[in-house]
Amino acid sequence: MFDIRGAKKLVEVKNLKMHFPIRSGLLRRVTGAVKAVDDVSFDIYEGETLGLVGESGCGKSTCGRAVLRLYEPTSGSIKLDGEEIAHAPFDKLRRLRPKMQMVFQDPQASLNPRMTVAGIIGEPLMEHSKMSAKERTERIYELMDAVGLNRDFANRYPHEFSGGQRQRIGIARALALNPKFIVCDEPIAALDVSIQAQVVNLLEDLQDRLGLTYLFISHDLSMVRHIADRVVVMYLGKVAEIGPRDGLYEDPLHPYTKALLSAVPEPDPVSHDNANRTILQGDVPSPANPPKGCNFSTRCPVAMDICRRLDPEVAEVKPGRFVACHLYSETTSQTAANAAQTVGA
Amino acid sequence: MTDTTDQKASAPVMEFQTYRAARNQWWDVWDQFKTHKGALFGLGFFIFMLLFVFVGPLIWTMDPQFIDIRARNAGSSLAHPLGTDQLGRDTLARMMAGGQTSIAVGLTAMLLALFLGTLIGVLAGYFRKIDGLLMRTTDLFLALPLLPLLLVIIMLYRDNLRAAFGPEGGIFVLIVVVIGATSWMQTARVVRGDVLAIKEREFVLAARSIGTPPHRMITRHLLPNVMSPIMVSATLGIANAIITESALSFLGLGFPSDFPTWGRLLFDATDWLTQNPERVIWPGLAISLTVLSVNYIGDGLRDALDPRIRGR
Repeated sequence: MFDIRGAKKLVEVKNLKMHFPIRSGLLRRVTGAVKAVDDVSFDIYEGETLGLVGESGCGKSTCGRAVLRLYEPTSGSIKLDGEEIAHAPFDKLRRLRPKMQMVFQDPQASLNPRMTVAGIIGEPLMEHSKMSAKERTERIYELMDAVGLNRDFANRYPHEFSGGQRQRIGIARALALNPKFIVCDEPIAALDVSIQAQVVNLLEDLQDRLGLTYLFISHDLSMVRHIADRVVVMYLGKVAEIGPRDGLYEDPLHPYTKALLSAVPEPDPVSHDNANRTILQGDVPSPANPPKGCNFSTRCPVAMDICRRLDPEVAEVKPGRFVACHLYSETTSQTAANAAQTVGA
Repeated sequence: MTDTTDQKASAPVMEFQTYRAARNQWWDVWDQFKTHKGALFGLGFFIFMLLFVFVGPLIWTMDPQFIDIRARNAGSSLAHPLGTDQLGRDTLARMMAGGQTSIAVGLTAMLLALFLGTLIGVLAGYFRKIDGLLMRTTDLFLALPLLPLLLVIIMLYRDNLRAAFGPEGGIFVLIVVVIGATSWMQTARVVRGDVLAIKEREFVLAARSIGTPPHRMITRHLLPNVMSPIMVSATLGIANAIITESALSFLGLGFPSDFPTWGRLLFDATDWLTQNPERVIWPGLAISLTVLSVNYIGDGLRDALDPRIRGR
């Protein structure tokens, strides 16, 4: 188990906002914004796997992509190894790219159908290293060995592979430049269960061997429990809860985390039927028009009056456990008053 | 959960295997191209046509401009295998000379239109900022009445270009530029549409996460994936250019009237249709079959360049 004490922060995300403008009318004026990621802060320690969970459309993938600056974030700061990347110019960003890579959700769509496997895995090498063609081929073979692909496949095209093999190609490409940090954007969602296990084990194995740090985005809570060291729960573009895996799964604090965890299917049919589930009512509100106060107040089973007025701040309620909920800030009236002040100001 | 020890176990074994050397991908393309019968036939015919118009005059050395007034309107004979025209010029020699011009105009104008169309389409599709400007320009060109425009351009610039490149060279440059500059719009629109779609695919995002700069993104990821519509435009473009050149010659605005092109031969022959119908058939056949063969080549090439179809 990963221990965060004494570990160094590799990625620091502070107040990250990613708003997509909504244009309407004849003149295509900006009339609003989809707040896909709204004021999200978290840290990732070197060598850990941070799980990022939440339901569809809550901004997980957008968050992961914004962290690598595949989108231009609206505001906020992202630091990788102490270097600011949220507003870095193209050249500086290009220098930093080798340190951070991404594994994509759909292995079919993330590989160029017109390039051979060698071309795909070699692309980062072509961009960032001055290797000769021979050295590059050697490195490509090395990477293919590392992810368990036969070297004979080097001249084949992506459509000739199965889903799992394609995902391995995607992982090999991400590894090509010896990155420190990899964002795994639902890398297993498009694969069937037995292949999921293979790919996840490969990712874990590579982490042990190469000392990688992952941001593992998934909606599969059991898989996150298996692979992650710490977990961030997102709801409607905001962080609901951050905590170490075991604590969070055994004793969820935020009502949304509770509901989410109680929705995990139980393998035992008896306990499946008897499970005391928290069933949420209603739908997720539109991120273009989030509710006033707490994002979750419209569906929260324990919503109070204050929840509809004030947006709760993310606060550390137990060591290492951060929650954005008035249930916990209310006990310390100080925090609530502070929150009221900041909102009023 | 199963462990993935299989690849760890097999890794040492793999060290002893010898690996197939990378095969040049163009061999795969050729292999696939060969399986397309129509394309192979088209390629054969196109090569035959090129030999006919460029090597033919070395064998059939009769001057296409030579007037033998006593042999006018002759049918096919040993001296004139395809007969003669109303002034007694040899049709075979004129077919060869005319083919040189027509094929050269077709290929050059197509390349120009393709270059312009692809450039504008890719830029408009990839760079959002200039999309509006470029596509409105495209619409503007589409809205222009082409024939009057061509007439005006040719009227205005014919003499200047003739002075610069000589009578035939000047007209050649003019016609190629005029045809190229007025037929790139379809290509630009189709390419832009495809680029817009491909730009949103994850592999482009993956390339961006590697830090690929825009120009290499375009050459490495976008262009190969919009190859199909470009190929189709190219083959249709050749046909279009040959036919437009014929139309211009037909209107008397193309090459000088004594300078043979397939379009001009066709135009001259229409007056004599009742007396010498074969004089219409030869250039007509040459134009249609060349266009058809190029279309088949394009079809085969498009399939051969797509790795998803290759090997099936």
